[in-house]
Amino acid sequence: MKILVTDGHGVEHEVEATDGWTIMEIIRDAGLPIKAECGGSCVCATCHVIVNTDWFAKLPGKNEEEIDMLDLALEVFDHSRLSCQIEFEPSMDGMKVTIASDALM
Amino acid sequence: MTENVHQTDVIIVGAGPVGLFAVFELGLLGLKAHLIDILDRPGGQCAELYPEKPIYDIPGIPICTGQELTDKLMEQIAPFDPQFHLQEMAEELTKLDNGNWLLKTDGGVVLEAPVLVIAAGGGSFVPKKPRIENLEAFEDESVFYAVRKIERFRDRNVLIAGGGDSALDWFLALQGVAKSVSMTHHRDGFRAAPHSVDAMREIVASGKSKLHIAQLKGIEGSAPNLTGIKLESKETGEFVHECDMLLAFYGLTMKLGPVAEFGIDLEQNLISVDTEKFETNVPGIFAIGDINTYPGKLKLILSGFHEAALMSQEAFRLARPGERLRFQYTTSSSELQKKLGVR
Repeated sequence: MKILVTDGHGVEHEVEATDGWTIMEIIRDAGLPIKAECGGSCVCATCHVIVNTDWFAKLPGKNEEEIDMLDLALEVFDHSRLSCQIEFEPSMDGMKVTIASDALM
Repeated sequence: MTENVHQTDVIIVGAGPVGLFAVFELGLLGLKAHLIDILDRPGGQCAELYPEKPIYDIPGIPICTGQELTDKLMEQIAPFDPQFHLQEMAEELTKLDNGNWLLKTDGGVVLEAPVLVIAAGGGSFVPKKPRIENLEAFEDESVFYAVRKIERFRDRNVLIAGGGDSALDWFLALQGVAKSVSMTHHRDGFRAAPHSVDAMREIVASGKSKLHIAQLKGIEGSAPNLTGIKLESKETGEFVHECDMLLAFYGLTMKLGPVAEFGIDLEQNLISVDTEKFETNVPGIFAIGDINTYPGKLKLILSGFHEAALMSQEAFRLARPGERLRFQYTTSSSELQKKLGVR
């Protein structure tokens, strides 16, 4: 299984995805430059990603904590998510996300 | 330079859990420490990011919050009387002829010690800055990320961006000081305390202030004086909100900062250390906690505690040349118990 991650240079990386890992962990484990400063505690918004439109609708929704914490993103898009709050499952195989500029190292 | 130089055994940059515990380990060996931190209180990430989030992996403490851990560490190190220099950033490091380090902060604090310990975690907490072209040119004159002197905003037209407590608190506090205060936030919902949100909505409903549901897009005016902020709303698109001050509250991020200029070997923004003493390539400068790296490194608070203990052994040798280090246990040593004030 995999996800496709676009970095700050517009380059798309195919990254191996593991069931049960968060998208943040998958991106970080692949060595891509995501800040994720708080390490997945949903307190900083530096794992901000923009999910591809088609995939966004298929994801489980944001909880209140994530909605609140997205306020700390410098620009919030319609399909903005905090990648530490999305747990990968097989139905997400092939999902496309872009690391938001404020989450790039 | 002789004016008010704080002389100590060890300067610790960073007052997070690992910096705090280093005070304990150094204290047992009779070494005094001064700590510098950019935040206004000790605790580092534990206090700033997750004061209320539970931590489950501190040995012997099944559960505690970031704030509770900080409070317990402060209690534990109190007998050693550590000196804190808060809201200060370590800025300039010089090696003196006597072999000591001289460290200056951005706020003019000067410290001298034979040992420097960098326990700065993810780096200095600095405000997140909106991604607006040319924003820097307006900073400190018409663009701010904190209120230092409320008088600066008197009779000005202020726009506040953000949805947390800082944004709402200053929106309320600047009423009656500023000529006008408006708010902009990307959604019509606020994570700030509900009573502040209610108070803000009342003021907006009375027509005294404007609330835009919009995001920052650009800045108008000739630097450093702004005349308006370009906003974008989902409904109405781009428009300009006329104002002469912007206060942006998007939380904090971490940057390594001036430590990167200290001449220490770095590896991807982390400080390389050995695993015997947690010393950097520069003798007398140590790095412990999340900021260091070595083969097998895990960014865990408990790893930082271990690193603090081993670092302290070498710090003693440097700070007390000629003296023998006596390794003792707090359980059995009356000398240590005296230091801890329990005997």
